[in-house]
Amino acid sequence: MAALTRRTRAWHGLVLAVAGLYFAAPLVASFVFTVDVPHQGLTGQAYADILGAPGFTDGLGLSLLLAVATIVLVLALVVPAMVAVRLRPGRLGSVIEVLCTLPLVVPPIAFVAGIGSILRLGPDQLSDTPLYQTFLAVQDERFPVALVLSYTVLALPFVFRSLDSGLRAVDVPTLTEAARNCGASWWQVLVRVLLPNLRSSLAGAAFLTLALVLGEYTIARILTFETFPVWIVKISGSEARLSVAVSLLSLLITWLLLLALSSAGTRTTTASEDRP
Amino acid sequence: MPTVATTVSPPVPDAAPTASGRAGARRSRRGSPILAALPLLAFVAVFFGLPMLAVLIGAVTATEHATGTTTFTADNLTRSVQGAYLDALTSSIKLSLVTAALGVVLGTLLAQAVVASRLPGLRNLVVTASGVLANFGGVPLAFAFIATLGISGVMTELLHLTEAGWSLYTPAGLAVVYLYFLIPLMVLVIAPALDGLRPQWREAAANCGATGWQFWRLIGLPVLGPSLLGGFVLLFGTAFAAYATAAAMVGSVLPLVTLQIADALGGNVLIGQEGVASALALDMVVVAALVMAIYLPLQRRSARWLR
Repeated sequence: MAALTRRTRAWHGLVLAVAGLYFAAPLVASFVFTVDVPHQGLTGQAYADILGAPGFTDGLGLSLLLAVATIVLVLALVVPAMVAVRLRPGRLGSVIEVLCTLPLVVPPIAFVAGIGSILRLGPDQLSDTPLYQTFLAVQDERFPVALVLSYTVLALPFVFRSLDSGLRAVDVPTLTEAARNCGASWWQVLVRVLLPNLRSSLAGAAFLTLALVLGEYTIARILTFETFPVWIVKISGSEARLSVAVSLLSLLITWLLLLALSSAGTRTTTASEDRP
Repeated sequence: MPTVATTVSPPVPDAAPTASGRAGARRSRRGSPILAALPLLAFVAVFFGLPMLAVLIGAVTATEHATGTTTFTADNLTRSVQGAYLDALTSSIKLSLVTAALGVVLGTLLAQAVVASRLPGLRNLVVTASGVLANFGGVPLAFAFIATLGISGVMTELLHLTEAGWSLYTPAGLAVVYLYFLIPLMVLVIAPALDGLRPQWREAAANCGATGWQFWRLIGLPVLGPSLLGGFVLLFGTAFAAYATAAAMVGSVLPLVTLQIADALGGNVLIGQEGVASALALDMVVVAALVMAIYLPLQRRSARWLR
């Protein structure tokens, strides 16, 4: 038994070491690429140029704004629906599962082909109706609602999966009945009983949505909004080293945001983890 | 023999709430699911349904630019499954199948190694890192790999990979890049399921004399089945839909269906290109829908194990 455990442990160690190498190599190599300029030696110039690069703060700011709006919207839509379905399992549950999984079937590039056709209806067919103003408003450059709506659709499968695995571990009907018997209102049941139990899967859903929006390129490019990734590609033509430096930095920014969110999400759950 | 943790006792009829309370609960429960789900249903119908309808209509109609009349036609769809477009479709599917299969195996191995190791911080670190890396695809990933394994990349020059026949701008090169976000995605999907494999089951199996292999074959894999299948579909869909990475890395060197759609969407000069873009988009949706049609019955069957 002891030999088996040691062999298993060595095997796990090997898997972790190979994975560590594979995932670290591009990051380390990219860093070397940005600081080791041929004929110049080591220099941090590429990083010094980032903050001053035109469009950097605008692109990043827009992407963060879109991310926050998308997280709020997608959780407000999905959480009530999924909790309700757990309380009364039935056909509605599979309908919601299929609906939330469907965006996965449709690649963003196919989705944006459809969005593009719809948005073109504005100038083409509706230019003399009040709806035209709505079409213009959702394409406002400073806050493109069209992107928030598209990203919410793209985030549905990830949010559904995260919440579904969280809800699997929670006995929603029993918790709800217990809370209701104690006189809690439906709002109290949701906010004080169910959401705290789902905290880690809610945080997981928010992480995934945040990372998705910060990295989304396809839809923003085709609809020509200058979000952070679109900006990176725009500068890559002239500044190869700068674009690799920003790519590395964007990982770092995402990483820090996620770490902050994940520590906020897990700090308060430790007390509730000693369930039988 | 270790005592089994007591399960929740079944509800006793006498302990049920009073008749009026019960009726009230039942009434509010009957209304609530559809009411609470209504915003989600309406949102999906409008902001997902309408664009998809537009793709469908765009794929089967053609608009005469001179007169503005729209007629039904199968031209777009026929063109989208011939010649260069067909090549792009098949090579996209092949690449996605191979990378998804590799991603499921490697991601599960990694997740199992992480979950089984008792290091306290490691699990959080890997799951958080996976959340980042799974979505580190797209533009930044392409640039990082070009700087690493591209023609003048750091590793390429360090290890003289070009002489060894390596090129990043091949399907194999693209697969190496795709796995960089597919493996973490699999870790994210499978880690909660691996947590669900209770240590007690393993102990019980060991007490009954089962070997490690027997445990995995008879208990572990059947229980993980739905998550593994779900992960495969998720990975296939992600690889199939990947556009930004391929666009930034290989341009149009490799024929991939996503690159063809973007070209067609951008090429407004040529008449009928929009229709071909819609038709190609529809082709992609059909392929992905076929995969789902295979996956859903399988998943429902394996889900019984979790009851």
